[in-house]
Amino acid sequence: MSKNAKIAANGRQPAPGHRLKKLEGRMALLFLVPSLFGLLFLNLIPMLIALYTSMTDWVYTDGLFNWNFVGLENFVLLFQDDVFIQALVNTIIFTVVTVPIGILVALVVASLIDNYCNVKVAGIIRIALYMPNICNIVATSTIWRALYSSYGPFTNLMRALGWSNPPRWLGNENWALPAVILVAMWAKLGYNVFIYGASMAALPSDLYESAALDGANKRQQFFHLTVPLLSATTFFLTITGIISSFQVFGYSKVMTQGGPLNATNTMVYYIYTTAFKYYRTGYGSAISMVLFLILLAITVIQWVHNNKQED
Amino acid sequence: MAKTTVVGSKSPKNMITRTVVTIFIIALTIFMLIPFVWMVSSSFKLERDVMATPFKLFPNYWYTDNYSRVLNLGYFKSYTNYHFLLSYWNSIKVAVCATLVAVVSSTLAGYAFGKMRFKGQNILFMLYLSQMMIPSQLTLIPRFIIFNQVGLFNTHWAVILPKIVAVSSCFMMRQAFMGAPEELRESAKIDGASEFRTFMWIMVPLVKPTIAAIATVQFLNSWNAYQDPLIFLSSWKLWTIPLALDQFAGIEVTQYNLSMTACALATIPVFIVFLSGQKFFIKGLTVGAVKG
Repeated sequence: MSKNAKIAANGRQPAPGHRLKKLEGRMALLFLVPSLFGLLFLNLIPMLIALYTSMTDWVYTDGLFNWNFVGLENFVLLFQDDVFIQALVNTIIFTVVTVPIGILVALVVASLIDNYCNVKVAGIIRIALYMPNICNIVATSTIWRALYSSYGPFTNLMRALGWSNPPRWLGNENWALPAVILVAMWAKLGYNVFIYGASMAALPSDLYESAALDGANKRQQFFHLTVPLLSATTFFLTITGIISSFQVFGYSKVMTQGGPLNATNTMVYYIYTTAFKYYRTGYGSAISMVLFLILLAITVIQWVHNNKQED
Repeated sequence: MAKTTVVGSKSPKNMITRTVVTIFIIALTIFMLIPFVWMVSSSFKLERDVMATPFKLFPNYWYTDNYSRVLNLGYFKSYTNYHFLLSYWNSIKVAVCATLVAVVSSTLAGYAFGKMRFKGQNILFMLYLSQMMIPSQLTLIPRFIIFNQVGLFNTHWAVILPKIVAVSSCFMMRQAFMGAPEELRESAKIDGASEFRTFMWIMVPLVKPTIAAIATVQFLNSWNAYQDPLIFLSSWKLWTIPLALDQFAGIEVTQYNLSMTACALATIPVFIVFLSGQKFFIKGLTVGAVKG
């Protein structure tokens, strides 16, 4: 994204006159009033407040400005807090499983659709796969909670496949997180396939024709043409996937309430319970700060990677 | 694009691969869609038949009372108050207003960033873009404080107003305006049109498809939003569909026929919107992602 912005900035012609430029500057400010208002009051000032409250022992029920500055104490406490550590580990497991597997499956599926279906059928299948992604997270979770119930279709399917005594998926400490991960991957697959599909449509077809003439089979074409040509898309999906996975909340909230025994507690769910259920607002802010710093690190990696590619 | 190879496509080995791939794709599509089919089928069943084995996709009867019950209509009005219709209205109101706010603000900002030139433009744009990596959870607690202070907490404004900063939409509008011909803008100016008139009557009509794209994306996002409404809308009178559904499925946790009816009511309108607006939606989805 910053790459595009840079190219655009370089391609701009110089402004005709100084006075005109000044006038245009004032006009531009008028155009930007709504956005700047939002940026200031709903983004930048809140960020500063978050930075401050994360260093206070503020409990919301004590009153709005009744807070003590405690420095970095919250952050020290966080890393001694078993629930936080578990939420952090769960979030990392969730990300490390859903992102790579989700992208790999999507790449294979998108490529199969692209190669073996005609344009019309491919379009219909991509839309069908996309449906779970536009279903709201509460409905998705409610449906899957029913599918996962003791006599639900998913459990019955497992019985039919020869698993005589399947666990209570969402009620079992070991199975709850994998069960939530499966739902998240089910919901996300269509999006990844879609983005890959659109990128594949933009690939030059003459490359494939000449590869086929040279005797390269489909598998060779996939590994030596499609995968490298789509590396930018893969990178985009990886980064955005990591960022959205770290913010996972709805599945845990609706399907399991973070349980059993915090097995599906995630960072954002922990922020929610800490700040809005137990009103430990200062401590909750500190968790959101840690989340922000993790995502900042990921963004910096992306930025460095993008700049390297440009050189 | 079809990249089918002509060489040897009729050989038996190819036929086997083709069959295996077809079966795989069909199986995957079924796996992706069967939860929704099950949802609709269960919404027309009696409670005792939802989990019955063997599973029947089409019940012998169509029990529509589930719908009257969830919508709180007719005979079932006195049963329990679910307010599902009210949440429909709330969702429509919030989604329409949020879409309007996002479209107006990001079109204006996109024009300023894409077509106009002013001091500090690049720095401001980078500051704007940087908001993309700020997780909304970081500003959640402070927004809660601010909305509480200015009296917007527990009003629909609390979930509509934050849409005023829609970074990806603004980015898309900027790209669209940069692609619009500069000569049109220059000649309109020479003819004496003000900047705003040029924007409104010459530039905006040129980028209509992008506006439609961001509007569809924003509408669906707002319709499906869960986390922010959960925090900012505490009174049930203001609840949007995801919140009402959450509450409802929490009460009727074992009455799967009723909870599936509620899910069907929550998802089917959005499926219709998606399927009718998919052309724009696809554009909105892929513009930021695909370089090429």
